[in-house]
Amino acid sequence: MTNVYHLRTPLSEKDVRKLRVGDTVYLSGLIFTARDAAHRKILDLINHGEKLPFDPRGLAVYHVGPVVRRKNGEWEVIAAGPTTSARLEPVEHEFIAKTGVRMIIGKGGMGAKTAEACKKYGAVYAVFTGGAAVLAAQAIKRVVDVYWLDELGIPEAVWLFEVEEFGPLTVTIDATGKNLYDEILERAKRKAQEILSRLS
Amino acid sequence: MTLSPEELKNFLIELIRTAETRLPVDVYEALKQAYEVEDNPIAKQHLGAILRNSELAAKLGKPICQDTGTPVFYAEMGADFPLRSEFYDIAREAVREATKLVPLRPNAVDPFKKKNTGDNTGRFVPWFEVEIVPGSDLKVTFVAKGGGSEAPSTLRMGLPIRGVRNVWETVLQAIVEAGPKPCPPVIVGVGVAALSDQAMALAKRAALLRPIGDRHPDPEIARLEEEMLKAVNELGIGVHGFGGKVTALDLHIEYAHRHPATYAVAVATNCWAMRRATGYITSEGKWEIISKHITG
Repeated sequence: MTNVYHLRTPLSEKDVRKLRVGDTVYLSGLIFTARDAAHRKILDLINHGEKLPFDPRGLAVYHVGPVVRRKNGEWEVIAAGPTTSARLEPVEHEFIAKTGVRMIIGKGGMGAKTAEACKKYGAVYAVFTGGAAVLAAQAIKRVVDVYWLDELGIPEAVWLFEVEEFGPLTVTIDATGKNLYDEILERAKRKAQEILSRLS
Repeated sequence: MTLSPEELKNFLIELIRTAETRLPVDVYEALKQAYEVEDNPIAKQHLGAILRNSELAAKLGKPICQDTGTPVFYAEMGADFPLRSEFYDIAREAVREATKLVPLRPNAVDPFKKKNTGDNTGRFVPWFEVEIVPGSDLKVTFVAKGGGSEAPSTLRMGLPIRGVRNVWETVLQAIVEAGPKPCPPVIVGVGVAALSDQAMALAKRAALLRPIGDRHPDPEIARLEEEMLKAVNELGIGVHGFGGKVTALDLHIEYAHRHPATYAVAVATNCWAMRRATGYITSEGKWEIISKHITG
């Protein structure tokens, strides 16, 4: 754990280029949610030359399917911890390139193609504590809007949230393309081999 | 007074609510212990967040995790329990109502038509494992199984000639392959059996039903559990994959006698956010939640 940053969206390229793996970020401003179906939906619209109902440039995309409730006409976010990001690995590089997001927030890490896109376009991948759904919901101050709710359902819809001091987020892929998990998992693999070779 | 369907439903709703919002004390204590021993600063920071989140959820009565899981009922049903055949429909209705009341995220999705049923019930959802026992009470453990820790479930039909090596290889490879994805620190369940489905069902029971620190009654299996837990933690994956000392809070093994030609090994994991609650209801409608949970 090296540096702690308090950042606000929209993020500039300069904001994210200074971040390094292991850094902690607390994020304020607008972020939007997108899981599997929402990634496909947004990319389909962009690829057909259609306009998105919001401007994703400089924002953070959050991998989450929240628990929400409608109370007196307002949306209340009950629980909103991150979902497994690896499912989005096949499309995230294209998503970064075409939406201009500067931060991807999720859990469980992402792969080489995402790391390459982070380096090329200036973005980072950061991890929110998996399962810490109430903690996350407390940092979400307001539901600004929700898109494609009927079509995609509550967990898969795109929710635009206003957040304050959303974190702790740990940067695990930085804009140099370094991936913190690579090293840890490589070591775990070697250790497993070592333990197995001791057996017989 | 005979038990009414309404009473049974209310008992099950409270069981679901407890499991979803209040971490079991054994898991909470194990996480606190992990926080004490962990010296990797990033892992420790996230363990701190896990503890704060669990306390907040219990205090506010909100779901610990937004993935409120797939509902599973493990029931020990007394042979003289009055609502034996009605139990399934009543439990389904309890899930529907709990989804609105707690509230829970609707997680039942048609795999072909892609439609979410919106109320956490559907074809084979909730899932039931029912055992008939003597007596007139119904004892139920409700578990909400999260998708993130379900995805890395592993089944391997090993070679009998390789013996217990099948188990070591399958466990270590499954945990390495899962990496940070099942939200470590995890609780690992290992099932060894003749049949493939049997192995997975036993692995599930081992991971979900046995409390942290519980050892198998057979001392040889108990020793294997301890050795494998130590090995899993030596992998250094750590809390959410950030490295450090604690990858698993515990590891439990269950086995069935195998077929001479098969050696089925299954590995199931549960995330740190174990949603599990146990209670019983009598034939007169008296009910109680007997598992211990944090109060926030």
